[in-house]
Amino acid sequence: MANEIIIKAQNLVKIYMRGTEKVYAVNGVDIIIMAGEFVALMGASGSGKTTLLDLVGCLDNATSGSLEVFGRDVSRAKEKSLVILRRGHIGFIFQEFLLIPTLTVLENIELPLYFARLPQVKSDLKELLKKIGLGHRINHLPKQLSGGERQRVAVARALAINPKFLIADEPTGNLDTKNSQEIVDLFKKLNKEEGLTIILATHNPTLGSQAHRIVNLRDGKIV
Amino acid sequence: MNLVSVAFRNLTRKKVRTVLTIGGVAIAIAVLVSLRGFDTGYQRSLKTDIDKMGYQLLITAKGCPYEAATLMLKGGGGLRYMEEAVYDKITSDPRIDKITPQLVSTAYDPERQDGRGGIALYMGIEKSYIELKPWSKFKSGGWFSGLDADEVIMGYEAAELEQRSVGDKIFVPGKDKVLKVAGIFERTGTQDDGMIFMPLKTAQNIFNLPGKLTGIGIKLQDLGQLSKFEEDLYNEPGIQIISLAQVKGTILNLVSSAKAMTSSVAFIAIIIAVIGVVNTILMSVFERTSEIGVMKAIGASRLDVFKIIWVETTLICVLGGAIGDVVALLGGKTVEIILKKVLPYAPNGQLVVITPDAIILSFIGAVVIGLIAGIYPAYRAASMKPIEAIRRGE
Repeated sequence: MANEIIIKAQNLVKIYMRGTEKVYAVNGVDIIIMAGEFVALMGASGSGKTTLLDLVGCLDNATSGSLEVFGRDVSRAKEKSLVILRRGHIGFIFQEFLLIPTLTVLENIELPLYFARLPQVKSDLKELLKKIGLGHRINHLPKQLSGGERQRVAVARALAINPKFLIADEPTGNLDTKNSQEIVDLFKKLNKEEGLTIILATHNPTLGSQAHRIVNLRDGKIV
Repeated sequence: MNLVSVAFRNLTRKKVRTVLTIGGVAIAIAVLVSLRGFDTGYQRSLKTDIDKMGYQLLITAKGCPYEAATLMLKGGGGLRYMEEAVYDKITSDPRIDKITPQLVSTAYDPERQDGRGGIALYMGIEKSYIELKPWSKFKSGGWFSGLDADEVIMGYEAAELEQRSVGDKIFVPGKDKVLKVAGIFERTGTQDDGMIFMPLKTAQNIFNLPGKLTGIGIKLQDLGQLSKFEEDLYNEPGIQIISLAQVKGTILNLVSSAKAMTSSVAFIAIIIAVIGVVNTILMSVFERTSEIGVMKAIGASRLDVFKIIWVETTLICVLGGAIGDVVALLGGKTVEIILKKVLPYAPNGQLVVITPDAIILSFIGAVVIGLIAGIYPAYRAASMKPIEAIRRGE
């Protein structure tokens, strides 16, 4: 298990067009991430960490190079097969939490299971919420929660499908120091106790330094 | 997790906007159902009115046949007079099943309508008149005691209006004459209800029209002989034959051309409502760009997103349709009152008849409209790329 390669990128390139100008957001990245790793992608904004996360998280296609996720080449896979990978194996956490405001905490967590056509076992989900300290917030709406609580709901949503790895893009960007540390502690706990692979993008050194491995990016390249 | 409840909660985000959009659909459906109800009711009432005259042909003095027929339907006066000799001449025609002479006249009664004055309608008839109308029953009293008796039989409403019972006296305004009420008819739902009947001879005397008639109603043994019969009477001087089937057809033609116009109004209302629905949903899709992006990121397929938006649109139209139907049902009476005031000729009976068919069809129509209106916004939402949707919404 520990030797299983989850992500393998070779000479990975992603080019955006900004007007007529080509932007090399990811410019020839080689990286291998093993199961059970806790990796922090670090770099200034515009260094390409979010774009790399999008590619690795099967949210977008690469321009060139190869990218294997669980041994499958996904660099140019269609959205139809990417969505099946995502909903089965990948958990997402965003800086802005991005919860659905009209759904309760429990329903927000049910949503990925609904999309994945997985049985929604309420008691399991309640257990999950208790584990991350939200047992008393099950039927609240996101607007009734604090920022830290919202991000923990987002973590629970990402965990609901029992993902193989977690993608977190600046997960603490909108949180204060105390709440940030709580989220990082939660990540560390999940990684250590359950062996969950975590790939995190951040420009916060305090946060990044707590990962097993730090990958520094600048201008779309690993430095 | 239930799609309908998720969709419903999405609609409650912008309550005013949703309510206005549903209102637009409701109005369009209510207009459509009311117009259809009017169409059904008008045709039905007109048919009843004409069928309850009991005869298929009406012979009148020469003039505009439709004016004459409409006046007959309204029970109005101002008719031209013909000679009774015509009646004597054709009455023995073997093709005739029943035939009845009539003399309609009016008198201005200053006491009517609480002193504001009104027209009282009188009709001189013979026994054959009620033979043609087997549904006419006496509420009280009975037929005249003689061919020129100074007696009247009152229609149901006329008796109510004048507050008369059998045996009471009644005065014909301006004609120094007192008559006795011999009978009162039960309500028939036709123009007869407002009429005061008297023996033909009595009417001719009172109104000083000896030997005159305003019309002759004829029922043939066989309707197939109609055109031949009309042809035979064609050369008879001073008269014309009106087929009530033709009158009905002509009025319905006039009504249907008005209907074409009102239908296009309803059609435009529906198009505006659909545009409103598409606009509302499209706006809410764009407002939720990042939400839709995140749903796709966490595993929503194109079809999942399409379904969520489609259900929202359909929900708006289903609610709008239901409310529109209820409004049409409740508002039918009001529409009826307005129409009766506005229309130059309104048949007796219920003018706006909203059938279960109309309700069911309009509701199904609203659902179908919702399904169609939802396609484009749902397609736009489903086509969003997760990554772009999340970033754009930020």
